[in-house]
Amino acid sequence: MIELTAKQLADAIGRGDVSAAEAFDAYRERAAADDLNAYLWVAEERPEAGAGPLNGVPLAVKDLFCTEGVPSQSGSRILEGYRPPYTATVVRRLAEAGAPLLGKTNQDEFAMGSSNENSGFGPVRNPWDRERVPGGSSGGSAAAVAAGSAPWALGTDTGGSIRQPAALCGIVGLKPTYGTVSRYGMIAFASSLDQAGPLTRDVTDAALLYAHMVGRDPCDSTSLEHPEAIALPSSERLDGLRIGVPRDALAHEGVEPGVLAAFEATLARAEELGAAVVDIALPHADHALSAYYVIAPAEASSNLARFDGVRYGLRRDADEGLLAMYTHTRHDGFGPEVKRRILIGTYALSSGYYDAYYGRAQQVRTRIAEDFRAAFRECDLVATPTSPTVAFKLGERVDDPLAMYLGDLFTIPFSLAGLPAISIPCGLSEGLPVGFQLGGPAFSENRILDAAYALEQAIGFTPLEVGG
Amino acid sequence: MIDREQVLHVARLARLQLTDDEVERMAGELSAILAHVERIGELDLEGVEPTSHVVEVSNALRPDEPRPSLPREVALANAPDTDGEGFLVPSPQA
Amino acid sequence: MSTAYEPVIGLEIHVQLKTRTKMFCGCELSFGDPPNVHTCPVCLGLPGALPAVNARAIHYGLMIGLALGSELAPRSVFHRKNYFYPDLPKGYQISQYDLPLCRGGRLGDVRIHRVHLEEDAAKLVHVGESGRIHGSDASIVDFNRGGTPLAEIVTEPDIRSAEQARDWLQLLRVTLRQLGVSDVNMEEGSLRCDANISIRPAGSDELGTKTELKNMNSFRFIEQGIKAEIERQEALLRAGEPVVQETLHFDPRTGRITSLRSKEEAHDYRYFPEPDLVPIDITDEMLEAARAEVPELPAERQERYRTQLGLNEDSAKLLADRVELAEYFESVLAVNGSEPQAVANWVTELAARLDEGDPAASKVEPGALAALVGLLSDKAITVGAARQVLDRLVAEGGDPKAIVEAEGLGAIGGGEELAGLVAEAIAANADAAEKIKAGNMKAIGPIIGHVMKATKGRADGGEVTRLVREQLGL
Ligand SMILES: [Mg+2]
Ligand SMILES: [Zn+2]
Repeated sequence: MIELTAKQLADAIGRGDVSAAEAFDAYRERAAADDLNAYLWVAEERPEAGAGPLNGVPLAVKDLFCTEGVPSQSGSRILEGYRPPYTATVVRRLAEAGAPLLGKTNQDEFAMGSSNENSGFGPVRNPWDRERVPGGSSGGSAAAVAAGSAPWALGTDTGGSIRQPAALCGIVGLKPTYGTVSRYGMIAFASSLDQAGPLTRDVTDAALLYAHMVGRDPCDSTSLEHPEAIALPSSERLDGLRIGVPRDALAHEGVEPGVLAAFEATLARAEELGAAVVDIALPHADHALSAYYVIAPAEASSNLARFDGVRYGLRRDADEGLLAMYTHTRHDGFGPEVKRRILIGTYALSSGYYDAYYGRAQQVRTRIAEDFRAAFRECDLVATPTSPTVAFKLGERVDDPLAMYLGDLFTIPFSLAGLPAISIPCGLSEGLPVGFQLGGPAFSENRILDAAYALEQAIGFTPLEVGG
Repeated sequence: MIDREQVLHVARLARLQLTDDEVERMAGELSAILAHVERIGELDLEGVEPTSHVVEVSNALRPDEPRPSLPREVALANAPDTDGEGFLVPSPQA
Repeated sequence: MSTAYEPVIGLEIHVQLKTRTKMFCGCELSFGDPPNVHTCPVCLGLPGALPAVNARAIHYGLMIGLALGSELAPRSVFHRKNYFYPDLPKGYQISQYDLPLCRGGRLGDVRIHRVHLEEDAAKLVHVGESGRIHGSDASIVDFNRGGTPLAEIVTEPDIRSAEQARDWLQLLRVTLRQLGVSDVNMEEGSLRCDANISIRPAGSDELGTKTELKNMNSFRFIEQGIKAEIERQEALLRAGEPVVQETLHFDPRTGRITSLRSKEEAHDYRYFPEPDLVPIDITDEMLEAARAEVPELPAERQERYRTQLGLNEDSAKLLADRVELAEYFESVLAVNGSEPQAVANWVTELAARLDEGDPAASKVEPGALAALVGLLSDKAITVGAARQVLDRLVAEGGDPKAIVEAEGLGAIGGGEELAGLVAEAIAANADAAEKIKAGNMKAIGPIIGHVMKATKGRADGGEVTRLVREQLGL
C-alpha cells in the first residue's frame, strides 16, 4: 500500500481494496517510526475527516499551519507546545475533502531557511543520504513524502521553500500563483510572498491536492478564486509548447555541472516531445535575491513582533519588568537565522533607510514582474534548475548565510512576481536528485501541470524505494 | 556596512536582547548581507511603481456581521500568566 | 513691555465607530462587558490570523469625510505602524499612513487636514504589585476593546484659544452624533482628543515648537489643559527658556502638566503597506450609499434656521446642535408654523424641564406645545400662566386649553377688575409710586408683583404697566 501514490491510494480506498482506517494506520505507524526527524507530532488515532473525494488518504502538514488542539509551532522554540484554538483554512478544506491530518512536519524556524537546519527542534535528514540536508524550509514535508512516511504533504513556499526541498528529496513540489490558496491560519513569514502548496510523489498527486486547496477565503483578503478548474494532467506530448530558458541567469558560477547536465538533458527530452526551447532574458533576475532578502525580512520583522510573551508561547523574566520580558523572551525563543532576519528587516524599514532598501526592493519587484511579462510574449513556460546544487552536507553552510541564500537563486524570481512554478525530479547527480523547475504566468497551473506530467512520463525518474 | 551601535539600535527597536558575542557576529553577518542587497542601489528605478501586491485585488470587504468569539477560557488557555479574566503582564509604567 | 503671544492649536481626535463588529474581525463591539469575552484569533493577534476590513467602517469613514467636506481618496491603503506595547497584540497597529481615506475639508472655522481609519488598542488596567509577577507591578490586558474601528480626525493648526478648541470640539461632537457613526461619549472613551500646542509672538507667521497634550477626557479638561499648557509655554519663553517637543499629560485634579514619555526613546514606527490587506478603491456605489445617509448637519441646519426661519443665533445653535430638539421643533412648526421664534423659545423651555431627555419621548405632544404658543400669542394666557401649563403638560400631558380652563389660568385682560387691582397695588406701595412719579420706572417691580400675586400670574405685564402709568397720571 505504501508504494501507491496518493491518487492510487484514494482509488484503492474508493474501490474498497483498502479501508481508509487501514491506510491511516499504516502511515501512522511509519510516521511514528520516522528516524529523519521529519515529524514534530504524529496523530495518535485517525481524526474525523469529511467524506470527500480524497477518500481518507492521510496528509502530513507543515508545522506552521495552525491545527486546532494540535501543536503548531512553526519550528520555533518560542511556540513550543502551542496548540491553537483554530485550524488553517486550507487544512480544514482538505480535511473536509477527505484528507485527515496524519502529523505535523518539521521545518526551518518560521520558514526561514533552505536546509531545515534552522528548526528549533533539530535538523531533518535527507532520506537519500542521512548526512545531507533535505532542503527547506518545508524539509520535513519533503523528507516524509520521499521516505514514504506520508502519501503526500502540505508545505509553504516564500522564496522556494516547497520547490527546493522537493528538488533535494527527489519529489514533486508546486508553488501556486500567489492568492489562489488561503493563507488564513498559516503562521506568517513574509505575507506578500507566502503561499501553500503540495509536496507529492508525482505530478498527478500535486494536481489532485492543489485542486482541493484553491479558492477564495473571506478570511484572507489577498486570496482569490482561481479562474480555471484544476484538472488532472494527461497529455504525453509537448507539441507547440515554447519553453523559455534564461541563459544569462544559468551562467551563475554556483550552479553545479551535474545539475546543469540533468537540466540540459531534460530540455532535450522536452524537444523530443515536441516543445521548442527558446532563449529568454530576465534582465533583473540578478537582483531578485537582493530584493527578496530585503522584502521578506522586512515583512517578517513585523510578522514576528507578536511573539512577545503576552498571550501565548514562551515568556522569560516577567519579574524583571516589561522590557526585560520582551527582550529576553525574544532572545531565548528565536534562533540565530530568525534574529538575523528580524534585524535586517527592522533595519530596512527604519527611519532613513526605507527608501534605499524596502522602497527600492518593491520597485525591483515591479521590474521582475515586467521581465516575466515580456518573457511570456516569447514563450509559454520558463525552465531553470530548481536548485543550483544537489543536497549538501549538514552543517556545510550554516556559518555562511549568504551562501545559503544563494541556493534560492532560481526560485525567488517567481516568488517575487507571485507566479506559479513546479519542481519535478529530472535525474541524479552524484547519486542525488536534481530538480527541474517549470514556471508560468499567473494562473497557468493547468499548463504547468500538463507539461510537467508529460516530462515526468518521459524522464521515468526512479524514486527512493519506499515499499515494504 | 552596519556597526555595533547600529546593530544595538535595531535590536532595541525589535525588542531583541543580544549578547556581546551576538552583537559582534551579527555586525559582521549583517554587513555581508547588506553589501549584497545594496546592489539594488545600482539600478535606475526612477519612476518605477513599487509592488506591494502581486495580484490586482481591491476592496476585499467583509460585511459588518458578528461571528462567534472565543470562550474566554479558550482565549486565555495559551497565556503564560492570567488572573482568570485577563492577560497578566508587567506594568508598562513600572 | 512684554510680548503678547498667540497660541497655535491643532487637534487630533480619535472617534470609535458604532459598527456592530470590530474593524478587522467579526467580534461584536461592547462596552462594559466582562474582560476578554469578545476576542478571536484575529483580534488576539494569534499566529496565522489575518485581518479583513469591515465594510461599514469604510462606509462611516466616507460619511465623516462627506460631512467635513473632505476630498475622498479614490484609492486608500492600510499600513502597519510598528511598536511594542502589551495592548497591541500584533506588535503593530493597522492604520492609514500616506494614503488616508479623506484629505482636507472644513468644519466651522477650522480646516481639516485628514481623516483616516485604524484599529483601537486593547485596555490595560494597572493592578499594582501582584503576587504572580514578583518584584514588579502588573497590568491586566482586556482585548474586548482591541480592534474597535477608529476614525482619526486631524485638524490644521487653525485654533487660537482653549475656548475655541472646546467649542469646536463640541461642534464636531454634535456633527458626528447627528451622522450616527459614533456614540461620541468622552467619558466612555468613544471620543478622545489630543492637542498639538505651540505659541508664537502675536502677528508672527512662524510656528513655535509644539507639544502634544494627550487624551483629555472631557470638554472642561480640554479647555483647562490647553489653557494650562499655553501658560506653561508662555512662562518658559518669558524666562528665556526653550519649549521642548514632548508628549504631555494634564492632571485635572492638580492642574499640573507632566511629561509622559521622558524615559522613552524616540519612536520609529517603520510604517510599510499592510501586505495582508488590499487597497480600498472607492466606487460610485459606495459614495452614493454614504451620501444617502448623511443627514442635514448642525452647521447647515443652524444656517437654515437663521436665514429661512429668522431664529436668533442662540436658538438656531441650540436646536441645531441637538438633533432631537431640532426634530421636535420642526414637528411643532408643522402644526403652528407662523411663529418660529416663539416655538423655538418654548421648545427651549421644555428642554430645560427635561434635563437631557428627548422631548419626543415626553408627555408633551408637539400639537399641545403648538397650542400653548397659540394661546400666548392670542394673549389668552400670560407667560407666567403658560409656564404653569407647561409644568402640567410635562407632568401629565393633555391639552393646554383644557388645563387653562380647569385651573382658571385665563389671562385677565383690561377692564374693571384689573384696574381695581392696580389701584389696590399702588395704594399698598406708596413709596414705589412716588419714585415712579419722580421718573424712575424701574421702581415698578413691587406694584407688578402685587398684581401678579393677586391674579396668580394671569395678568398681562404690559397691560398692568399701562394701567399704572395711567393711574399715576404719567
Ligand atoms: Mg491614531
Ligand atoms: Zn475578534
